[in-house]
Amino acid sequence: MRKVALTGFGLTEFNKDDIAIDSLMLSAVKSLFDSAPNLSQKDVDVVLTSTNDNSKYLSSIVSEISGIRPKISHSVESLCNSGANSVISAFSYIASGLADVALVVGAERFDSPGLVLEWDKSRGQYKHPIYWSSMFTKSHVRKYGTTKEDLAIVSAKNHNHALDNPCAYFKKTYSIDEIMNSKNLTDDIRLLDCSMPCSGSAAILLASEEAMKKFTDSPVWITGIGQKTLSAGFTKNEELASMESTIDAATMAYKMAKKEPGDIDVAEVHDAFSICEIIEVEDLGFVRKGKGNEFVRTLYETNDRRINPRGGLIGAGHPLGATGMAQIVEIGQQLQGKAGKRQVSQARVGLVQNMSAAATSSSILILES
Amino acid sequence: MTKFEEGLKKDEFVCSECLTCKKLVWPPNNFCNRCFGDVKWRPVSRCGKLVEFSKKDETVFCIAEFENEIRIMGSLKCSCVPVIGQSLKLVKCSHNESEEFVFQLLI
Repeated sequence: MRKVALTGFGLTEFNKDDIAIDSLMLSAVKSLFDSAPNLSQKDVDVVLTSTNDNSKYLSSIVSEISGIRPKISHSVESLCNSGANSVISAFSYIASGLADVALVVGAERFDSPGLVLEWDKSRGQYKHPIYWSSMFTKSHVRKYGTTKEDLAIVSAKNHNHALDNPCAYFKKTYSIDEIMNSKNLTDDIRLLDCSMPCSGSAAILLASEEAMKKFTDSPVWITGIGQKTLSAGFTKNEELASMESTIDAATMAYKMAKKEPGDIDVAEVHDAFSICEIIEVEDLGFVRKGKGNEFVRTLYETNDRRINPRGGLIGAGHPLGATGMAQIVEIGQQLQGKAGKRQVSQARVGLVQNMSAAATSSSILILES
Repeated sequence: MTKFEEGLKKDEFVCSECLTCKKLVWPPNNFCNRCFGDVKWRPVSRCGKLVEFSKKDETVFCIAEFENEIRIMGSLKCSCVPVIGQSLKLVKCSHNESEEFVFQLLI
């Protein structure tokens, strides 16, 4: 299997703008090309698009409006982890030798049809994500004593981080009290415990070891990948205070990269809701089960940015098909030492955890400088 | 429309059961998701147990489990604070724009 590097990144601002999905993607592609002077459209032999938008033939449209005539071109859709999965697909094309250079672009509109999970029979009339996240929260509260303040700390921390992310949806910080007193969506979820749907796009260039030399002198290598799908239906999650798919995917990714949780210097985890980050830092092995709340509190109190330095989904916004890619862009920039005010010092090994639909599936990448 | 949805419209909770391995197939479908065996459709017991719950405005919603196999979400009628594992029954199911289930706690 050939080595594969991330060599270039593009991002748009995340906001509520009413922009067509292909135009959003073109903006991220332009941002990537603008930052890669040696990159020509002729270099690109794969174009993959990721979105929950119902567009047809989108990768070919984006290729055409970007002036690219790739060998391989298609879309990848798997709800909220479409982004990470498209990067993993591009990795596979390059690692196998089918391609040398891949452009992957993810985008979503604020009104995405992926926001309501209407296909899941097991959810009855409770198709909106606030209902599954309420179940996760209640279960973690019961088993491990997690409090409303613990949840609010996740949100306060990630809004703080997002303030240094010029592309973030949120441009302000919130106190723990403001978050705890924000609107009760359910008994267990407040408005500011939620990530916000928004419009936005992210693009990544991947290349083989030989091809990457033309584009960058600071490649970021994909050294570990893990993916797991349990089901499509929410209620197949037997344990609600854990994410089984994340545990399985993390085990695979650590094994492939020959790394352990203690080796990870910086991570982007999928905080669709506050409770998710608490569960994920446990299930990724950063802290013992049931201690995620204490771990996150310490990060907040010490202004330690190693988890969700760009603000996560809660601070940066959640344009579904772009989210996994924006997470990877952040860790890529961190490992290149180019994260500006968000920079985690001496970050050499990073992790991205991107999941879908109440963690019925998870995708994890380990990246190294 | 599937037999599952047709049943819900008549307040009948039916699911497919594998003729080969005798397991319930959830979510219901025309072949078994364990062995791809053919299925028959049969009523599901309407007596179950509470797995988890929360509340939105004045409505309690929950996950309920039936026949130790099928977990579904629905609204929960209760006059006291529910207890995990508590027995409940399915008192109404329907299908309008989506599936709808109403459960009631058993004392």
